Amino acid sequence: MKRLFWIEFDKLRTNRSTRILIGAYFILLTSIALIAAIKFDIGFIKFHLAEQGIFNFPYIWHFNAFIGAFFKIFLAVVIVSMTANEYSNKTIKQNLIDGLSKREFLHSKWVMILTFSGISTLFIFVVSLILGSMYSNYTEIEIIFKDLEYLLAYFLKLVAFFTFCLFLGTAIKRSAFALGFLGVWQMFEGICFGLLKWKSPSWIDADQVFRLFPLNAMSNLVPEPFSRLSAVRNLAEQVGEMMQTNTIVRFWDIVIVLVWSCIFYLLTYRLLMRRDL
Amino acid sequence: MSTILNVTNLTKKFGRLTAVNELSFTIKKGNVYGILGPNGSGKSTTLGMILNVVNPTSGTFSWFDGTQNTHQALKRVGAIIERPNFYPYMTAAENLRLVCRIKEVPQSKIEEKLELVDLLDRKNDTFKTYSLGMKQRLAIASALLNDPEILILDEPTNGLDPQSIAQVRGIIKKIAAQGTTILLASHLLDEVEKVCSHVLVLQKGTRIYFGKVTSLTTDHGYFELNSTDVTALQNILEKHNDIDKIEVFQSYILAYPNKTISAAELSKTLNEQGIIITHFAQKHKSLEEQFLSLTKNQQI
Repeated sequence: MKRLFWIEFDKLRTNRSTRILIGAYFILLTSIALIAAIKFDIGFIKFHLAEQGIFNFPYIWHFNAFIGAFFKIFLAVVIVSMTANEYSNKTIKQNLIDGLSKREFLHSKWVMILTFSGISTLFIFVVSLILGSMYSNYTEIEIIFKDLEYLLAYFLKLVAFFTFCLFLGTAIKRSAFALGFLGVWQMFEGICFGLLKWKSPSWIDADQVFRLFPLNAMSNLVPEPFSRLSAVRNLAEQVGEMMQTNTIVRFWDIVIVLVWSCIFYLLTYRLLMRRDL
Repeated sequence: MSTILNVTNLTKKFGRLTAVNELSFTIKKGNVYGILGPNGSGKSTTLGMILNVVNPTSGTFSWFDGTQNTHQALKRVGAIIERPNFYPYMTAAENLRLVCRIKEVPQSKIEEKLELVDLLDRKNDTFKTYSLGMKQRLAIASALLNDPEILILDEPTNGLDPQSIAQVRGIIKKIAAQGTTILLASHLLDEVEKVCSHVLVLQKGTRIYFGKVTSLTTDHGYFELNSTDVTALQNILEKHNDIDKIEVFQSYILAYPNKTISAAELSKTLNEQGIIITHFAQKHKSLEEQFLSLTKNQQI
């Protein structure tokens, strides 16, 4: 495993655009902290976002896990290109001839996916811990370390998303097309949901079917945190809207995402094994 | 002599096309093998299969008496296939370091091998700045990093300029002289003739010859002659029992014997007949001529 990690690490470390993308990713993750600086001061309306409770423990775990996930596209570009470039440079062929097995090749990529997801999760953890200790109204240990399942969900979400990217990079072999396909797939899921809602017979629950779609399942894993904010709740009640959205990490969403990760992993493996180079 | 590679009934089909058909051969340690065949005869596909990048349709092969699985065995092999494939953004030294990690060999050999192929002064330049000749030499350095028990080369001089061709050939000869087993695929016959002891001839994926280069055809060679009196020479040769046919080529007369006769024997006969010889040479068909006649025979 260590050998596979270093093989992949060398490939990434020496590539300038990869270094820039990874650097940009972690800078952007840190920039969540800048939200704390959002202040409005219009006459008698004083609004300081950091004091609206978004940085309170344990809510901050949920909030940052949700916001941090938006930046994953940067690492997705890295993963798609590190896979697709092996084909366009034909270096995968050379790797295999040099004595790497196809399984080892796949695992070197997958180890990197786990590393990226792990470091990113750790990063969110540290940033949240610092922000929380600065702005949180509650600083009791048992409250600080409550609701950490949002970070687990964040980790699984990244692993699943990057495994999907690995599959697309391998299947399509061209970075740009693979990323384009990712966008198309996102739209495809949206259109499917629309059609399900509109046309499906009454015995089919469109929302439940939609939960099974890969990208939607990943996004369900860390649901939106906003409806938990008291300010948002108050606003909704004032306009007479009852908030009934889900905000917790649900067991079945985890299962669905894990199943999709396995499917993408196995499809990539099968593709590698069957394809002649 | 220990067996390095054993190939049995290896077959590869691409749809309806059979690229390699029931191919069998054995590679023994210490020999230099050539794989000959026109473009599209299945040379690269054969090498692709034994190197783990092309899945065989049927048949088997085993490295080092089957004691190791293919990817483990490949760590003891050095191979260069068609174009050199490296990471364009990495320097030569970084590329070789990656190969060391894959092959699990110490990185101490990198400098030595770069020196061997004359690239040491360019080791910190990125691969994409290299000329094709330099890329090919880097590929050789990379293949030698593990001091391989067998070196496999697929068209190593393809597309190179004459100077680079000479350089690459020089390196190959140096390696062959060290006793490394070599498997060289090429359609350049003089290349094979110069370095190989054994040859595998392929046509349309089928083996048409496998054995020593010297016994590729059982011809008796031919004589190239000239004399002050050409007509008399022709007459005598035509009457000679052991000469099958004669032909005139440029200013020489070529005489083809039907059995192996020594130069001394023929020269003596001609002398006795009072022929003054001005040119006398005993020749064998070049590998190219033998190869062409071999592939032509198969087509009929």
